[in-house]
Amino acid sequence: MKSAGTIIAVVVLIAAGVAATEIPPGERRSGYAFMAPDTKAIQDDDTANPGMLWVLDGEASWRKKAGTSNKACADCHDDARTSMKGVAARYPAFDKTLGRPVNLEQRINLCRARHQAATPFAYESRDLLALTAFVAEQSRGTAIRPEVTPELEPFVAKGRDFFMRRQGQLNLGCTNCHDDNWDKHLAGSAVTQALPTGYPIYRLEWQSLGSLQRRLRNCITGMRAQNYDYGAPELVELELYLMSRARGMPIETPAVRP
Amino acid sequence: MASALINVPKKAKRGDVIEIKTLMSHIMETGYRRTASGELVPRDIITSFTCRYNGEEIFRADLFPAIAANPFITFFTVATESGKFDFEWIGDNGFSETASAAITVE
Repeated sequence: MKSAGTIIAVVVLIAAGVAATEIPPGERRSGYAFMAPDTKAIQDDDTANPGMLWVLDGEASWRKKAGTSNKACADCHDDARTSMKGVAARYPAFDKTLGRPVNLEQRINLCRARHQAATPFAYESRDLLALTAFVAEQSRGTAIRPEVTPELEPFVAKGRDFFMRRQGQLNLGCTNCHDDNWDKHLAGSAVTQALPTGYPIYRLEWQSLGSLQRRLRNCITGMRAQNYDYGAPELVELELYLMSRARGMPIETPAVRP
Repeated sequence: MASALINVPKKAKRGDVIEIKTLMSHIMETGYRRTASGELVPRDIITSFTCRYNGEEIFRADLFPAIAANPFITFFTVATESGKFDFEWIGDNGFSETASAAITVE
């Protein structure tokens, strides 16, 4: 009984510590809520949402045989509508072989290397974005629920530390904008709450689909901080923490953002 | 990898004004941008879009470098008879894509 009481006390302490800096669950708003009605209309209509072009490409890619094993995704995973439903909602997830979390793009490339014996797709390539968008779209409407395991915990903590830490020439942490000033504007653009609900997103500024890591690298450049390569463990840890912030919010992939 | 998304109502009453929405996958490279080494990126855009309703041209548009990637073109027409809409996009570097959609008019 005593140990159970101690655990509860510790949990309460941790929860209090988190609540002190982060956005309370009731005040969380998807980036969608910050958008103009015109931009919302693009996301709401699947025949107007350009992200759906990538989803269609990804669907074709899902059935295409690849690599020396001559297997398609569909040969193992069958119908993506059932097998991939909810998968994107729990990524980044822990990979036992690598001993660290991997994001959805990395999981697709690991699958290509391990099971299809095919060359991995380059980060931000149309092929990888298309397949990622197709897989993630199967989870549309599913609540984000990153796994909580002792293995993942240190990585979430590292991601949170990255988010809270001031860095770069402007001496900013992610939290200084996305927790403290999310209701304000930065050069006319809404700051928003750093809740990655719809990746990969079609960003009007990019005129293309792009991954969460592309967005993160944008922000890091904006802080004039040392950037990380695509797929860097630091970025995956940050992704993991951001997904834990968005726990319970529905996936919108492929979302449209200004 | 080019693909189109077309939204035409499957059914309409004769005389109804219907909305047709089209989305075409294309980079729409303006021809004004330069690479990091200063070389001009050659223009690569869609230059023309047409829509035919049972063979008769009902809508045409010329496209120019200022139009965003993945052009979304939407327009209205009057549903006169059952049949087919044929869409055609033509552009630089021999770009040519077609798509079609059927409609039942009652």
